[in-house]
Amino acid sequence: MAIEVPVFHVLMLAGVLFLLGLAGVLVRRNIMFLLMSLEVMMNAAGLAFIAAGAVWGQPDGQIMFMFILALAAAEVAVALGIVLQISRRFDTLDIDAASDFNG
Amino acid sequence: MTLDLVLFWIPGAVAILATVAVITRKNASRALIYLVVSLLAVAVIFFMLGAPFAAALEVVVYAGAIVVLFLFVVMMLNLGKTSVMRETRWLQPGMWIGPFILVAILAVAFAYAFAKLDGVETQGEMVGPGAVGAALFGPGPYLLAVELAGFLLLAALVGSYHLGRRYLEERREQD
Repeated sequence: MAIEVPVFHVLMLAGVLFLLGLAGVLVRRNIMFLLMSLEVMMNAAGLAFIAAGAVWGQPDGQIMFMFILALAAAEVAVALGIVLQISRRFDTLDIDAASDFNG
Repeated sequence: MTLDLVLFWIPGAVAILATVAVITRKNASRALIYLVVSLLAVAVIFFMLGAPFAAALEVVVYAGAIVVLFLFVVMMLNLGKTSVMRETRWLQPGMWIGPFILVAILAVAFAYAFAKLDGVETQGEMVGPGAVGAALFGPGPYLLAVELAGFLLLAALVGSYHLGRRYLEERREQD
């Protein structure tokens, strides 16, 4: 059956993964890596929800994880379309090029 | 109890190492492979915490659909040796210092806040897909949220079609 661990450890793992994603967002300039770091951060938030659901033995944690999943899928679909537009118009993947976007 | 902690931290360590590799790689497709490793490790943790349906969704939707979408875009952008050289230029080692300090401060704050949960443990109970589906679609607090998620996905579908269609049309005119 499922393991029994102090929730402190699970939340610390989720926190470390979230902070690694945050460091990636702060450091990288390539849009593709920014989006990957955002995925890592959302995944860490999902892990925290699953941990909370496991503490109470209720399905609500998994349901919130499914909403995060739908959010991540929607975000990636639109963001990758914008990446294609930026790379075609400015011939770069630098996130600073996005400030020249208008219209 | 101790064995459970060891069992938990094996995929946990894999997830942390793979995530570190994701944010430090210069080649986008290699970073994506490490992202898959990280997501699969987190899926193993979901399964061990008693959430088998969330673990399956993690593999199918995250590792299977979202990362493959990333891979398609990497292939369309045709990133080669020049992009790795450009990454090397963008990614100076000194750039890691400031974000590392910020992240370390946040890590201390997290550890302090989570330490208050001393003595709270996960129950070791499996919550299967049946319970999840009954709570999600049955009469309950989530009906409105499910509808809103449907709206969000429809908006994303229309938006990504709009952005991608212009890209494809103008590309066809160039050829």
